[in-house]
Amino acid sequence: MSNQGTHNTIPVAIIGTGNIGSDLLVKVLRSPYLTCAMFTGQHPDSPGIARARELNIPTSADSIAAIERDPGCCDIVFDATTAEAHRRHATVLARLKKFVIDMTPSQAGGMCVPLLNLEDSLAKQNVNMVTCGGQANAPIARAIMAVHPDIQYMEVVSSIASKSAGIGTRNNIDEYTQTTSDGIRALAGVPQVKTIIILNPADPPYLMHNTLYAEIERPDLPALERSIKHTVEKIREYVPGFRLLYGPVQESGRVTTITEVVGRGDYLPAYAGNLDIINCAAVAVAERYAKKKLGLH
Amino acid sequence: MERRIFIVDSTLRDGSHAVSHQLNADQVRGYAQRAEAANIPLVMVGHGNGLGASSLQLGRSLLPDREMLAIARQELKRSKLGAFLIPGFGTIKNDIGPAIDAGIDALMVACHCTEANITRQHLQYAASRGVTAYGVLMMTHMATPGELLEQAKLMESYGVQGVLLMDSAGAYLQRDVTEKVGTLVAGLRTAVGFHPHNNLGLAVANAVAAVEAGASIIDGTARGFGAGAGNVQLEVIIAVLHRLGYPTGVDLYRLMDASEYVAREVMKKPIAINAVTLTSGLAGVFSGFAPHAIRAAERFDVDVRDILMELGRRKAVGGQEDLILDVAMNLKQKKEQRPEDFQLESLS
Repeated sequence: MSNQGTHNTIPVAIIGTGNIGSDLLVKVLRSPYLTCAMFTGQHPDSPGIARARELNIPTSADSIAAIERDPGCCDIVFDATTAEAHRRHATVLARLKKFVIDMTPSQAGGMCVPLLNLEDSLAKQNVNMVTCGGQANAPIARAIMAVHPDIQYMEVVSSIASKSAGIGTRNNIDEYTQTTSDGIRALAGVPQVKTIIILNPADPPYLMHNTLYAEIERPDLPALERSIKHTVEKIREYVPGFRLLYGPVQESGRVTTITEVVGRGDYLPAYAGNLDIINCAAVAVAERYAKKKLGLH
Repeated sequence: MERRIFIVDSTLRDGSHAVSHQLNADQVRGYAQRAEAANIPLVMVGHGNGLGASSLQLGRSLLPDREMLAIARQELKRSKLGAFLIPGFGTIKNDIGPAIDAGIDALMVACHCTEANITRQHLQYAASRGVTAYGVLMMTHMATPGELLEQAKLMESYGVQGVLLMDSAGAYLQRDVTEKVGTLVAGLRTAVGFHPHNNLGLAVANAVAAVEAGASIIDGTARGFGAGAGNVQLEVIIAVLHRLGYPTGVDLYRLMDASEYVAREVMKKPIAINAVTLTSGLAGVFSGFAPHAIRAAERFDVDVRDILMELGRRKAVGGQEDLILDVAMNLKQKKEQRPEDFQLESLS
């Protein structure tokens, strides 16, 4: 799993050793532009820490203090803890001048969906990855807005497998709901957005399932289909498991589009497409930042 | 020895499903006045799926939650005013805060029966603002008694005054009630409640079974006005409880008046067990899915019962109304590919 290539790599630290952090670690190790210099959390006995230790990654149970002690260890910090913890971490990491990729719905930094605002985000010191629902739905919302710029209201419904929602997500369910709406509103330019998030414990587990409703009086369905399909292809460049399931279809006075995300199965199985999409997006940001810093284009 | 049963009246909340969430101001006021006259302990008000659930996914309310709450608040004096919320639909900032500002006395925070830890933030917020908090586990036919107890204990640890089990699909038999309610009563310190639906015609019998297994809260609606085949008919279960020697403090004559009011002024059609609601109970599908499934069946020209049975197989949970479209489109594709093989699933 070691990084190959003739160029140097940019060292990153990951705070949070749960589902998101552990999956990020796999993706960082796969990247030709990134190295994991520190994997740090609060629980010395967590399965995530044990796994990282087996991979010979430097680990710590001192959470952010491990980075404060050795600030030179990394250029990029992924924060995969909780919204509440990140609000504290953000101040420390700003003082240490780290490029921060925030995986929590804290909204401490500028919101980023790579397909919509990657270059602008690199200029910020703290980038917020919105939520998995934001990553999955904001680009589709923008593709619909491109055809019907007068749309006033959209609604997204994301169902995810219970097993893929760790304790951080559950403790943050309220911020999650709010931040998904805020992200889609800001990044797709939809005046009003409502988000619904559902956890389903079915076994075998559900794939991440997203339904986007748009209120459009006279929809141009062929143009919508072209725009949405083009966007889906673009998303697939950094989230290979993203796919259009149904639509756009007109029913009950609205246009409905259903997408699904099959995870790559890096840390959790394929049903955890919700982790995959936000982590793929975060790694896309980190890699773009690293390439710039390494002088690669 | 006599054990008082606390009555929760969800007519102005679950009943909203039966009129596609189109309760108007006169109806909210008219019913709240009658519930007050009947001395109902707790009157729940709002969108059928709770605060913040007015949406394309679930159906839009005619009146915003806070208007409904404000109207009911003016009428309820002895009776307490309650609101309902499912995390992931409404939020603290947009919905719970404003509902508390509108004067609710109680908040029920509900989730799918295996996901209790998503209610912690909301229950603790309600308690911190001095509102009586109840935890609600929905679609409880889908979990074992042991799993339900574990989830109910989480809610208990968040400071609730009671935990209610909902038979959201109307799928329980009496023995399920006895076993599940009995397990919670034995394992919890807090009060246990039950919220039946009538898809299999067992709502009153199941409510009685719940009380006999130790439940001390029964949640129903006047005239059974509610999602799908309707809820437990409140005036009937209260009459039966009184006969069995369980006091409720409810004035039965006045509640009958309230029920007549609902039948006359609020219902658009009688609440019935029909092909759709019976199938929904057999499939173990959320009662509120019925009107959405009927619409999707018409739009995509498939049998509504096939949609419901497939939703049951996929283990759809409350709030996944978008899955109805997914299933309907999928059935339509199958039907187009193999019209000769396509038959209604056996319901046996």
